[in-house]
Amino acid sequence: MNTQLPLTIKDTKEGLLTKKFSAVELVDEYLARINKNKDLNAFLTISDDLAYAKAKSIDSNLENLPLSGVITAHKDLFLTKGVRTTASSKVLEDFVPEYSATAVTKMEKAGAIMIGKTNCDAWAHGASGENSDFGPTLNPWNKEYVPGGSSSGSATSVAAGLSLVATGTDTGGSIREPANFCGVVGFKPTYGVVSRYGVIAMASSLDTVGSFGHTVEDVEAIFNVTKGPDGFDSTVANYQPRATDHKLKIGIPEEYFIKGLDKEVEESVLEASKVFEKDGVELVPVSLPNTKYAIDVYYIVQPAEVSSNLGRYDGIRYGQGRETFGAEAKRRIMLGTYVLSAGYYDAFYLKAQKVRSLLIQDFDKVFEKVDAIISPVTSTPAFKLGEKAMDPLQMYLADIFTVSANLVGIPGLAVPSGFTKNNLPLGFQLMGPRFSEDTLFKLGKLYQKAVNYVPKTAI
Amino acid sequence: METKLTPIIGMEVHIELSTKSKMFCGCSANHFSKIANTQVCPVCLGLPGALPFANREAIEDTIKFGLALGATINKFSKFDRKHYFYPDLPKSYQISQYDLPLCVGGMFEDKRITRVHLEEDTGKLVHETIDGVKSSLIDFNRSSVPLMEMVTEPDFHDAESIIRFLKEAQMIARYLGISNADMEKGSMRLEANISLSPFTVDSPQFTLPNYKVELKNINSFKFLEKAINAEIKRQEEALSKGEAIEPQTRGYDEVKQTTYLQRSKEDAKDYRYFPEPDLPPMRFTDEEIEKLRGSLPELPREKRERFMKDYQISKDYTEILVDDIDRSKYFEEAVKLGGRDSISPKTIADMMINKKLDVEFPEPAGLVRRIFEISTVEYASNDDVEKSVVSVLTENEKAVSDYKSGNGNVIGFLIGMVQKKLQGKGNAQLVREKLLERLQK
Repeated sequence: MNTQLPLTIKDTKEGLLTKKFSAVELVDEYLARINKNKDLNAFLTISDDLAYAKAKSIDSNLENLPLSGVITAHKDLFLTKGVRTTASSKVLEDFVPEYSATAVTKMEKAGAIMIGKTNCDAWAHGASGENSDFGPTLNPWNKEYVPGGSSSGSATSVAAGLSLVATGTDTGGSIREPANFCGVVGFKPTYGVVSRYGVIAMASSLDTVGSFGHTVEDVEAIFNVTKGPDGFDSTVANYQPRATDHKLKIGIPEEYFIKGLDKEVEESVLEASKVFEKDGVELVPVSLPNTKYAIDVYYIVQPAEVSSNLGRYDGIRYGQGRETFGAEAKRRIMLGTYVLSAGYYDAFYLKAQKVRSLLIQDFDKVFEKVDAIISPVTSTPAFKLGEKAMDPLQMYLADIFTVSANLVGIPGLAVPSGFTKNNLPLGFQLMGPRFSEDTLFKLGKLYQKAVNYVPKTAI
Repeated sequence: METKLTPIIGMEVHIELSTKSKMFCGCSANHFSKIANTQVCPVCLGLPGALPFANREAIEDTIKFGLALGATINKFSKFDRKHYFYPDLPKSYQISQYDLPLCVGGMFEDKRITRVHLEEDTGKLVHETIDGVKSSLIDFNRSSVPLMEMVTEPDFHDAESIIRFLKEAQMIARYLGISNADMEKGSMRLEANISLSPFTVDSPQFTLPNYKVELKNINSFKFLEKAINAEIKRQEEALSKGEAIEPQTRGYDEVKQTTYLQRSKEDAKDYRYFPEPDLPPMRFTDEEIEKLRGSLPELPREKRERFMKDYQISKDYTEILVDDIDRSKYFEEAVKLGGRDSISPKTIADMMINKKLDVEFPEPAGLVRRIFEISTVEYASNDDVEKSVVSVLTENEKAVSDYKSGNGNVIGFLIGMVQKKLQGKGNAQLVREKLLERLQK
């Protein structure tokens, strides 16, 4: 390709429609980049044949579809018909699905080109990408650091320019955290807006299907393609978008700026809020008093549902025995089985659900006053490979600022906001009430415009 | 010691609903004798990523059944996951209902109903020897077919009343058109929880026994009756020897005519129930429930009363006709048709039940025609009619001249006179024809 790699959907489509380059040339370019950066371990499977077939059909019939020619990587939790789907677990090492996830099909119909399947923490259990049974993914900004997880390969893929966009799942922060560590935009929708059909379940009441891109416009475009009922996921509700045409208010929750929060992270988030203020958004201090219980609730509800969802990999189907489960999956199966057992259910699971209701009330109250809240995504920038791998509890705490959005079912948008002195990405997240996607996109775009954001790849 | 022990028995009845599609996917629910694994999809195979989507018809069918049993409908209900490992259960959990079933309470045939809930059926294991190797195969055609479970309070004390109750419940399912409740096809499955008490139920000392034995996997009323009696006998013998009975699950051996141990209490499972996160809870308004109540057809009990009152047929005939909803419909159709030829409902019932004419004539009209033919065989012969007509005309000159001067009404009187002579055996049509023939000469 003799022009610069387009880093937005808009530029990609423009280049294609004005014949600056062809879809086949795009696929050539991305495959070359993937091959050059194999050490990042971002991909588990490359679907080059399918990508070329799709590219050729796009070139032979140029259409202006929402995602025309958009090179897409799917987290290996998304079922892709005929293309191996492993959940990054040895248990599904040889599993080739008979059907595709709704999100995959919808993106495909909108013109997207699937280039491959990305690495992640096995079964999406993890915050660093190190729990993959196929080796960790590296952070493209600094290969000694983790890219975050569980959607590690998807974040790395977009940050390194191995795909233009990528899908991910966010159960406790699995999109927002790696987006933050890799300096890309990560978006988690409201629970029940994007169908989970065909996405390997982690914790069913928390799982959401979202995406990565370089700009807010791009994750918005993917959201608009993937949202809505499909007749298969009955938790997908009627989407009732909220109005965004009034003067917006952003809340700053005191409980998210706590002791132990990295200085550079804190400053970056506060700086971002100043950008909003300068643009006419009112900043309001708010309180979410039950935040301190979020991790505890999450690590009861989530393993309970994990233990239930993983039961089907019982060694009878899919070719691998139960002993092929990795340590983290086993840990969560045991935790979950325990909290659901007779005699413990009331003390753990039921109580956790009650506290979850309190968390929902916390957020409801705050959203009576503000349109969105701003907070750090994680308490530190990306950490080093191996730094927390030996200490599961430390790893669980990495989710501290992200799990609430999943427990409450609200959308979250992680936006990059610069780099640390050590050249590691920084960022912040915006969270809004259910169905406030448009508000988050509006604010995110406002920010990227105000700081004159120019997308760039790490490599 | 001659103390008579009182059997205390509660029932659990599973009825497979005959909806078009399965409980949580679009596959056909009609799985009986279909080629294995031809009616499956990602959802009922429990493939990774698949999600359940509830079948509204099955939910409404269950509510209708509950209403027919006088149950209360939970306006807020939900599905739960029930976990256990078995090869025919592809998700490692069955979607069922735990603490908020669709229907609670109710009274049916003087027995208290505990609950009626909805769940999904499992696949089926098929054991075959393939190339000399004993193999277990799994057929998922039945996986996720809607299954309704009714649980009763321990209000039964003998096998006979249980069978009567179950037959009535089976008939309700058929009347509602929600299941064929065919035991041979496995669409109705029975379990009895049996224990014995030293006290009668009305005694002040009565409490429920501290154990119960679950009798499972019985696929006919006949065997259930035998199995219950065999189990009562076994428990009586054990208790009379002073032995304690452990809670357990037992099957019935049809050859030995005894029950046998299947599972003891130590193996009791912890199902780790929790609310199914993939299915939103169900909410019903009073209007929705009343609409379903209004849609209930006439039920067997009401139909029996109406048949005896309106058609004046015996209790025995009524029972037989009402037992089979199709036969009762046939009967009513025939009564309607037969009415034009003054054929009585009793004659029709008699012909159906004793002569099995409804088998011979699949259409009620055929039956009525046949009855008509049978009764005309007894008509007076042509000659006798002729003779009577001649003598009546001779004996009633006045009427004949009235007719000839234009009074057509006298024909009725003349027919009556002829019938009198024939002792009512004249074919009205023939008598009329012969009279007119003579009068118009």
